[in-house]
Amino acid sequence: MKAAVITFPGSNCDRDLAVAFERAGAEVVRVWHKDSALPAGVDVVGVPGGFSFGDYLRCGAIAAQSPIAAAVKAHADRGGYVLGICNGFQVLTEMRLLPGALMRNAGLKFICKVVELEVATTASDYTSGYQKGQRIAVPVAHHDGNYTVDAETLARLQGDDRVAFRYAANLNGSMADIAGVLSENRRVLGMMPHPERVVDQTHGGADGATLFASLIGKMALA
Amino acid sequence: MKARVTVMLKTGVLDVQGEAVRRALGTLGFEGVEAVRQGKVIELDLAATDRAAAETEVKAMCEKLLANTVIEKYSVEMV
Repeated sequence: MKAAVITFPGSNCDRDLAVAFERAGAEVVRVWHKDSALPAGVDVVGVPGGFSFGDYLRCGAIAAQSPIAAAVKAHADRGGYVLGICNGFQVLTEMRLLPGALMRNAGLKFICKVVELEVATTASDYTSGYQKGQRIAVPVAHHDGNYTVDAETLARLQGDDRVAFRYAANLNGSMADIAGVLSENRRVLGMMPHPERVVDQTHGGADGATLFASLIGKMALA
Repeated sequence: MKARVTVMLKTGVLDVQGEAVRRALGTLGFEGVEAVRQGKVIELDLAATDRAAAETEVKAMCEKLLANTVIEKYSVEMV
């Protein structure tokens, strides 16, 4: 299994994401945002957290127009897996690979703490290792995580079981407490919390390891 | 030629920053501020000479990058 982790200027979770993929058994290749193609044979693309391009204009907006973005879009259109975490989630919404937008937190403050998430669906290769309704502890670190989407799309996301994770308690103003959403084919996941920061007990918890193990395991079977 | 692009949140999208500004104005004693919406203004210096073509081009820039039309609306003024 091969995972590509993209680095933009201002990415700061790219190394942690690469380690999380590696520990789950994937071979990881690092990709620079100016590359216009993904390495051959990539199964999953990781779009990491951080502050790509200094969050200028809007979080993720400029990264979404970078040379590698077209290759990531083509990979997703072919049915490839894409995991966007935090700033990576913002990039994926700006690329329109996922619906909605991440707006400024309702409390206007940067929130950096471990929060409780509820696994909202197990019907995805990312979440199939959890139990539905399971509570997991995962850190968040964001200023713009207030998930906003029009009412019609929100109803469709909920009706199609595309909400992957919810905050157990309202955190940042996100509609329906959404912390992560899936694409229509369930292979693109965007989430604000950082599962790659909890993949080892020495991190203070390992609830994120299940996501990576589940994904890499499912891809190995495919 | 210059273009001025104004980007605002769409009607109905909660503007938490605008709301904080409204409350701060009230704290300062400015009464009667019923709503505040905050947006951004982007000024572009363009080499183009054809006004209509330039305006079309700027609108394409708005759709592709300058505004996120999921939550924002924009207007273009050629100046």
